[in-house]
Amino acid sequence: MSDAMHDLTLTLNGQAHAIRVEARRTLADALREDCGLTGTHLGCEHGVCGACTVLMDGQPVRACLLFAVQAEGRAIRTVEGLAKGGALNPLQRAFAENHALQCGYCTPGFLMLGTAILETDPGISDEALVEALSSNLCRCTGYANIARAIRAAADAMSTEGAA
Amino acid sequence: MKPAPFRYHAPRTEAEALSLLAELAPEEGRVIAGGQSLVPAMALRVARPSHLVDINNVAGFDRLAVEDGWLRVGPLVRHAALGEGAVPGPLGRLLEVVRGQIAHLPIRTRGTVCGSLANADPASEWCLLAATLGARFHVRSLRGERVIEADAFFGGFMTTALAPDEILVELRLPVLSDAAHTGFHEFSRRAGDFAQAAALAVLELREGVIAAPRLGLGAVEDRPRRLLEAEALLAGRAPSEALFREAATTARAGLVPVDEDPYRLDLAETVIRRALSAAAGMPAP
Repeated sequence: MSDAMHDLTLTLNGQAHAIRVEARRTLADALREDCGLTGTHLGCEHGVCGACTVLMDGQPVRACLLFAVQAEGRAIRTVEGLAKGGALNPLQRAFAENHALQCGYCTPGFLMLGTAILETDPGISDEALVEALSSNLCRCTGYANIARAIRAAADAMSTEGAA
Repeated sequence: MKPAPFRYHAPRTEAEALSLLAELAPEEGRVIAGGQSLVPAMALRVARPSHLVDINNVAGFDRLAVEDGWLRVGPLVRHAALGEGAVPGPLGRLLEVVRGQIAHLPIRTRGTVCGSLANADPASEWCLLAATLGARFHVRSLRGERVIEADAFFGGFMTTALAPDEILVELRLPVLSDAAHTGFHEFSRRAGDFAQAAALAVLELREGVIAAPRLGLGAVEDRPRRLLEAEALLAGRAPSEALFREAATTARAGLVPVDEDPYRLDLAETVIRRALSAAAGMPAP
C-alpha cells in the first residue's frame, strides 16, 4: 500500500491487462498510455466534456475522474469493444448513416454513452434522450444527428431482436 | 491537467477507514467517495491531498433504507439511487426531480449524495435539500459518533462542521407526510451546470391555507439555508401569486449573496416564486 507504484490487472472488453502505474494515473490515461487502447479520447480532463466516457460494470462513467487503481476488479468497456471482427455494431453504423460525427473526437464518448442508454432504456423518451446526451460535448454536429442515430440504432436493434 | 502524486489506500471496513483517516488526516489525507468534485479539483491542482482514503470498497457503506420515519443514506449511495425507488410518496418524487438537476448521467452514476454534502458547494442541490428538510448528519471518527443538525452542518463556502478525521457515515432525511406538496426550481446557464440560484418549497394546504411551510434557497449565499422570515409570512395564508411575490421580496431583503451582482438577487426572487408556485400547483410565474 505504501509503494508509490501499483501493480494492477484491468479487465478491458473482457480481456485482462496487467499494468504498473502510479496512484494518480487516471483510468483514461491508463487505457491510452499503458494498455494501448487509444480509442478513448481525452478532452477537458476534468469531467466536463465526456469524450472519455467508458462503461464500468455497465454504467457510463468519466474515465478522467477515476483512478486506474479504482477500476481493478471492475468490467470496463471501451469503444474498441463495440465492433465485432471488423464489422461495426448497429450503433456505430447508425452514427455513420445519420452523419452523427464530423471530426470524430467526441465520437467514442458518445458511442459509449449511447451504448449505456440503449442497454438500460432502449425505449427512452425524446426528452430523456436529449437530457442524457447533454452530458457530452460535440462541437461539430449540433447534437440532433447524434440523437437521431441513437434512436435509429434502438429501432434497428428492436427489429433485429424481433426477427 | 494531471493530479499531483498521492498515496492510495483502499480500506474494506469502516473501522479500517476511520483508523486510516485518523492517521492520515493530519498529513492532508482525504476521503474519496465518488470523486466527481474532488478529482476535477485535483486535476486543476486546487486540491493536492497527500493521501486518499478510498471508501468505495467499504462493506455496508452503500446502505439505503427507510426506518422510523427517516430515509437513511449511506456514504456510497450514488446520486442516481435517490428517487422514487428509494422511498415512495412526496419525498421520493422530490428526490427524483432534484436528482434530474444534478450534473449529468455519468456523474450521477458515480458521484455520491454524502460526498456532495461533505463537499458543501453552495450550489449543490443535495445541500439545499438537506438544509430545507432539516436533515441529520451522522458522523464518525475513532473518537466516536456524533449527530449534527442541518443548521449546524454547513459552516460557509465549501465548509462543514466535519473534522478532518471524521466520515459522514449517514445522512438522514425526514420522510415527508403524504399531505406534503413540494416545489423545486433551479436556474443554471447550461443543462447540468452549477446552479446560479435554486429554491425548494415544502408545504401543506389545509382548508385552503398554507401550513408547515419550509422554504430553502441555495447557490445565492455562501451556504444553503431556510428563509425563516418568508416562511413565517406564508404560514396560514392562502396561496397566490401576490403572496409568493411578497415572500420573495421579504427573502431578498435578508440575503447576503456570494457576489455583488444584483442579477443573482433577481434570480433568487424568481426561483423562490417558481418553487412556491410549483408546490402550490400553480403555473410558473
